[in-house]
Amino acid sequence: MQKSKIGLDFEKVAHARGAAKKIADEVQDFVGNYTTVAVERTICRLLGIDGIDENEVPLPNVVVDELKSKGVLGNGVMFFMGNAIAETGKTPQEIADQISAGKLDITQLPVHKKEEIEAALNPYINATIEKIRARRQRRENYINTIGEGPKPYLYIIVATGNIYEDVVQAQAGARQGADIIAVIRTTGQSLLDYVPYGATTEGFGGTFATQENFRIMRKALDEVGEEVGRYIRLCNYCSGLCMPEIAAMGALEGLDVMLNDALYGILFRDINMQRTLIDQYFSRIINGFAGVIINTGEDNYLTTADAYEEAHTVLASDLINEQLAFAAGLPEEQMGLGHAFEMDPQLENGFLYELAQAQMLREIFPNAPLKYMPPTKFMTGNIFRGHIQDALFNVIGQWTHQGLQLLGMPTEAIHTPFMSDRYLSIENAKYIFNNMKDIGEEVEFKEGGIIRNRAKEVLDNASNLLDKMVGEGLFSALEKGIFGNVKRPRNGGKGLDGVTLKTENYFNPFVELMKGKK
Amino acid sequence: MSEGLYSMEAKDYDKTLDLTKIKPYGDTMNDGKVQLSFTLPVPAGDEADEAAKQLIKKMGFENPLVVYSKELTQGFTFFNCYGSCTHTVDYTSIHVPKVESNKMEMHECDDYIRENIGRKLVMVGASTGTDAHTVGIDAIMNMKGYAGHYGLERYDMIEAYNLGSQVPNEEFIAKAVELKADALLVSQTVTQKDVHIKNMTELVEMLEAEGLRDKVILVCGGPRISHELAKELGYDAGFGMNTYADDVSSFVAQEFVKRGWK
Repeated sequence: MQKSKIGLDFEKVAHARGAAKKIADEVQDFVGNYTTVAVERTICRLLGIDGIDENEVPLPNVVVDELKSKGVLGNGVMFFMGNAIAETGKTPQEIADQISAGKLDITQLPVHKKEEIEAALNPYINATIEKIRARRQRRENYINTIGEGPKPYLYIIVATGNIYEDVVQAQAGARQGADIIAVIRTTGQSLLDYVPYGATTEGFGGTFATQENFRIMRKALDEVGEEVGRYIRLCNYCSGLCMPEIAAMGALEGLDVMLNDALYGILFRDINMQRTLIDQYFSRIINGFAGVIINTGEDNYLTTADAYEEAHTVLASDLINEQLAFAAGLPEEQMGLGHAFEMDPQLENGFLYELAQAQMLREIFPNAPLKYMPPTKFMTGNIFRGHIQDALFNVIGQWTHQGLQLLGMPTEAIHTPFMSDRYLSIENAKYIFNNMKDIGEEVEFKEGGIIRNRAKEVLDNASNLLDKMVGEGLFSALEKGIFGNVKRPRNGGKGLDGVTLKTENYFNPFVELMKGKK
Repeated sequence: MSEGLYSMEAKDYDKTLDLTKIKPYGDTMNDGKVQLSFTLPVPAGDEADEAAKQLIKKMGFENPLVVYSKELTQGFTFFNCYGSCTHTVDYTSIHVPKVESNKMEMHECDDYIRENIGRKLVMVGASTGTDAHTVGIDAIMNMKGYAGHYGLERYDMIEAYNLGSQVPNEEFIAKAVELKADALLVSQTVTQKDVHIKNMTELVEMLEAEGLRDKVILVCGGPRISHELAKELGYDAGFGMNTYADDVSSFVAQEFVKRGWK
């Protein structure tokens, strides 16, 4: 039996986890029957199709739009592409080029036998599987040779809009001690139903996620990692309408961390819930296989809803995200479940409540590299107080052994970080992590005290909420605004027209080859 | 670097306050003391410190003091500095355009609307364009409010609709028409490359094109928004840092009455 420093009732935890599993199972029953334009474009990419046409439309979109416009997308890209390879002997890329040029209609070719189709696809599928596996081994090899920073990993963001400028900032951050560099995406990318192509130098509040940009940053971080003697992880955003595509691009280019929440896009980007839940499944299968740590976005609930009153929704959502991740074969060690330090700094004993919640999550998810988000909502422009708020946040990060500590910036709410802001934040964290290194092992919490009571209260409320949701299901819970006080209709939001029922011809061998595998 | 803990410098300047010539205050009137921090794209060293000092002088400071410098990454050095500002400002001649309304707290505002308008005011808010931040519009509209100021949803006499983030201007206008909005609340957080200006201008132009601009009270808010900027862009009011739901509700209610609308 696990020993709790805060007197957690582990039977209650098991009960809540069981409820979350039922909720996730019901979602999974739905997901299995459908595919989406994003999933099919991902398959294109995994078969090696890349590039754009003369209007800058990515070829995976050209192929999938062709199938969708003919009303046959439910058969899946695998079926048509495999058949076209068997018929023409061309590569998937050549076939895509021909479709784009209007020279080939892959829906009108004579249909080959299933075994022939599969055999035609095999070399392309195996090449991709091996490529991703090699990427994963490359990371593991780096970690085994040059090593990595201690946990909590120091996680910083760069967001200049220009990938080449991002490289300068990222390398500077790594030299100052950062372990993870997240390249924030440009505002609005999550709502694009395609992934832009090539290196980019223009973006608002961030930089486009493109495969070339991933490649450029990966190379830069490998260089600086070798220089500082520490593997530097690269993080991007596997969310929005292109969720699984970005997972595939990240797997191919050696990304290490991906924001990849089952519910975030629904709640905060108004993406249709059916679309996102189908997309997240395949994206997590890919992330799991690639050894990518996913980050979930529960911290966002606390920026819209009250961080004290709604703390239990974070735990409930973490438990659901955990079960959905398990369903996609993603191991615990890759689940960066999210939470945040977002209570009003005026709240009496607020630090104690934050500490209670962080310790509670640590004990409920003992093997997960929890992602801890800094204060943002009550950062006011008073950079001096902000720096102290970040310090209190760092104390809890070290104390409760958070996995990924997203560093707060004193200039949060003012501008995207200056190079010097990052320096001050890293210095803040390193000072505290070292100065308070073993505090977690030294202190236990008073029976019947504020901290134990708070943890119990949040767990009880989360468990009750999950029990209620078991009855009505995740879809209707989202319709009622249970998370982040945001209500979303089942058939509303963006991207529903990209959802298609699978036919009997549908198959996707990547699921079998990747799910739960290394 | 720390020999200046107790300043032995002679203070031979006039130490009386003159509002026509104000300058920064450290611990003595008219000492002009300012703290600065910045990064220069040069390696750390004596030359870097000297460059920082010269730069501070060019900014109009005397007695530049570099108290801390640190190379952040190869070729970039960070400085913490002090200096005494030589410039002054005439405080007595300053005029800042402000939202002209009496600020009322929630109950007062509800009473005011009940007595002077006699029906609920419909306010529709959104973070528009590509802006994904809901923090601003939520702080103003959500029931809970922000920093002790209740949000518009809690007002008895306001029917508040929060459309959330990334709402295109067309959709925003369509919804405003559908809901018969009295006031439109636009929140803008992302201001990189002036994306907010383009977006806010586009909204005004679209409202004008549809003949709706005169039929609604149009306000905007965000950390980088001032009333002056708002007026310039054709809005009725702008709400920046440290303004809350009661600032917005008070303005809209009083403006509504002032226009003689029913």
